[in-house]
This record gives sequence, C-alpha cells and structure tokens, in this order.
Amino acid sequence: MAPLLETRGLTAFYGDFQALFGIDVAIDRGETIAIIGANGAGKSTFLRVICGLLGAEPDRVRHRDEAIGGLPANRIVARGIAMVLEGRRLFASLSVEENLRMGADVGRKGPWSLERLYRLFPILAERRRASPATLSGGQQQMAAIGRALMTNPDVLLCDEVSLGLAPVVIRELYAALPAIRAEGTAIVVVEQDINQALQVADRVYCFMEGRVTLTGTPKALSREQIRAAYFGM
Amino acid sequence: MTAALDTVLQGTLLGGLYALFAAGLSLIFGIMRLVNIAHGDLIVLAAYVALVAVQASGIGPIESLVIVVPVMFAVGYGLQRGLLNSTLDRGILPPLLVTFGLSIIIQNALLEGFSADSRKLQAGALEIASLRLGPDLAVGWFPLLIFLTAVAVIAGLQVLLYRTRVGRAFRAVSDDPEAARLYGVDNRHLFALAMALALAVVSIAAVFLAVRTNFDPAVGPARLLFAFEAVIIGGLGSLWGTLAGGVILGVAQSVGAKIDPAWQLLAGHVAFLLVLVLRPRGLFPRAVD
Repeated sequence: MAPLLETRGLTAFYGDFQALFGIDVAIDRGETIAIIGANGAGKSTFLRVICGLLGAEPDRVRHRDEAIGGLPANRIVARGIAMVLEGRRLFASLSVEENLRMGADVGRKGPWSLERLYRLFPILAERRRASPATLSGGQQQMAAIGRALMTNPDVLLCDEVSLGLAPVVIRELYAALPAIRAEGTAIVVVEQDINQALQVADRVYCFMEGRVTLTGTPKALSREQIRAAYFGM
Repeated sequence: MTAALDTVLQGTLLGGLYALFAAGLSLIFGIMRLVNIAHGDLIVLAAYVALVAVQASGIGPIESLVIVVPVMFAVGYGLQRGLLNSTLDRGILPPLLVTFGLSIIIQNALLEGFSADSRKLQAGALEIASLRLGPDLAVGWFPLLIFLTAVAVIAGLQVLLYRTRVGRAFRAVSDDPEAARLYGVDNRHLFALAMALALAVVSIAAVFLAVRTNFDPAVGPARLLFAFEAVIIGGLGSLWGTLAGGVILGVAQSVGAKIDPAWQLLAGHVAFLLVLVLRPRGLFPRAVD
C-alpha cells in the first residue's frame, strides 16, 4: 500500500537557485517524522513545497496515492495537509477564536472542533477573545497549531515550532503531540533542536544542502552519524 | 446661529456622498493594499451605465440601481481577476501605473462614446423635496437620503467584515496573504470579490452624483481626490473613519463656500492638509498596521 504522503526525487527552485536535489521522504498514517539539519539545509523549503506555497512537478509529491505537486495551497489544505508556518503568523486583526475559525472554514470534517481544541489547550479558551499580539510566544504557538488542527488534517506540517520559546514551554507544546497522533494524524516536524526531534519522532531525516544525508529511527542512529550528516564532517 | 447650523448640516450631508465615493477606495486599499487611481473614473463609468439604463428602459435613476449595481459588480470582478491581480505582489508601482492607465482609457472611451457634453439624471420631485426642521432651517430629502445610505452602506460593510465568514477571510488576507492561502483562501477570487463589492458601492455613489450634479467624462479625477481625502482624514483601514473623513471634508467645503463661493474646494483641501500635519495617520487609524 502506498504511504499517506510521499515525495520522490523532489526538487525545488527559488528562481535559478536550486534548493532541493531529489528528496525521497515517505510518511504513513499516525506516524511522526522529524526533519533535522542546519540553517539553509532545505527543511523549510521542503515543507513549503508540500503545502503548495512553492511549485513542484505534479508526480513528485503524492498524497493518498494522488499527484498533488504544484497544486495551489488553498486546494492542498482542503485535501488535508495543514502547515504551521515558522514564526506563528497568526492573523493579527482577528481574535484568537477567529484565527481558529479560519481553520474550520476550510470545511473538512474530523475530530477537531473548538470545544475539543480548548480541551487540548485550555489557555486558548480563556484568551479566545484576545488579540494574538497580547498572547505569550507559547500561547501564540498553541493558537497556530490549533488553527492548523481545525482544518482536520491527516498530515500536519510543523515548521520550527520551538523556535524562540523557553524549554518549559516547548515541553508543554510537545506534550500535545500524543493527542494529535491518536487521531491518526501524521506529523512532520522540522526542528533545529535535535534532542527534541529525536524524542518525538518515529523516524528522522537529516537534510544537508538540499539532500537527505541520513535517515533512520532515533534508536538506530548514533550521535556520531547525526553529527556527520548534520555538519558534513 | 441658524445660518451656521445650516452650513454644518448641509456640509455633513454632502459628506455622506464623499463617504460613498471613499468607502470602495478604503475597502480596496484595506484588503489588498491597492491604490486605485481609476476609482474616480469608475464612479463616472457607473454614472454612464445608469444613464444608459435610464434612457433604454425609462425607469428612474434610483430604480436603475437594480441594473447598475450588478453590472458594476461584474465589471469589478472581471477587472480584478483579468488585470489587477497580476499587478499585485510586485511592489507599489505596477498597480499605480496600471490603474492610472485604466483611468485614461475609461475617460477616453467615455468621451468617444458619449462626447464631452455634460449629463444629468433627473429624479423628479425627490430632488427638490425638503424637510423643514425650523423656521429658517430645512434639509433636502435627497441629501438626507444620500447621507443615510452612506451610513447604511458603511454599517453593512462593517457587518460583512466583522460578522461573516467571507469578512473574516478578507481580514485574514489583509493581514497575511500567504498564511491565508494555507487556510483555504483563494486570494485571487477573494480580491476579485472585494473589487466587485467596491464597485457595487461605487454604483450607488455614482447614481447619487449623477442626480445631484452634472457629470461628463472628465470629472472622475476630482472625485478620486475627494475620496482620497476622506480616506486619509479618517485614517487608513477604518470604514467609520472614512465616513467621518467624508463629513469633515463636506463641512469644510460647505464652510469655505459660505465665506466665499470660490473657497469651497480650497477649504476642503486645507482641512485635509491640517489633518495630515496634526494627525499624519488620520483621525481614526486602525490599531494594528
């Protein structure tokens, strides 16, 4: 059976600059994979191609065994692939709850509702009428993840969710992952924090300069292998 | 005392018309950061559409809105989808140049089709009927209708933006177009809807303009200027601010005209400059920008 989401020989360009050189990644239902790598390795580019913000040849990205490469972002989210952008990017003139409703407006049926989400992140219920600008960084990230969950995705892409947050806040965010996985949602996390990535992921892909240099389960990979794949030495 | 009150009252009612000119401009700028130089000419185009509708069917100008509003809605959608969308995301200059060109094209096409003669729509008794408020004070029903329509249109837009799903999408796109796409928003369609809506409002303004005064193909740019001034006085991105801006502009013009008829327009511009000097962001700027 074909994986839920897979890329085959995926390439990506910014103008003439090639950012990805033939990436093969596959993920199944309910699985969590982590993509690690240094700045500029192509991790974020990879997510941007999958969610439709960057172009790709149709057959290089397959979701539920259909070619989706190059589809516009609004159609990809409607298929069930949601993206948590780096830097949260909440809608500033919408309240917290309106931000969450933007996810529901996509119109996919599934387990996630405002009620369910407020149980996962109770603080958001308290701050539902607040402007996102008044939230702490961690609360903003909860709202950003919540907004993506409200689209009821079968694949959740998370770009650098821990960036700039305190360790205790990061633990709190990652503590929500099991509830999300329990719904069968596949999760792709892009992380610079390797330890965090190794703790949550079923499998790890290490990117360097637009290529996959290492892949395996966290247990099977040694520190030395990761260091070599990460820094190229 | 009554004379002063009368001046302010007439100015306020005139401000309703300016607010109607400006509401579409404000909406378009607020949602897609597009400065539409052709806005005034689109008002004039809508006035000619009304003229044709009135002449062809024999209905009154106000009734012609049933035709003009849908026609301009469609024009707005097509214009944005077919032309203006491709000018966005490339800096501030392309939309300015393209809408400037559009302004010239509309003026010349109207000149070609309708000549430079000035026209007017006749609304019959409505134009002269007035409501007596005191021994020396009266307001025309028609200016009052314009003002109340302006309030209703702006209230309606406000409800649309803050109480509906499509309004939520409009605000989201305005905040962050890329993130909005990730939430199912088809930006090109949404921008086209916004332009369609703006031109629907323009249609109402155009019919009122055409009943109130003479118009010809060249009067668009002056209407654009009033609309701009109303938007800037009120503060970018605030629709109620735009209404207030229109009223301030109208009152300033009315007071200027009272002192010396030649000062009407000058007084409006002076009020605009004063606001720019004292409150560069306008009187009611949007909190987040």
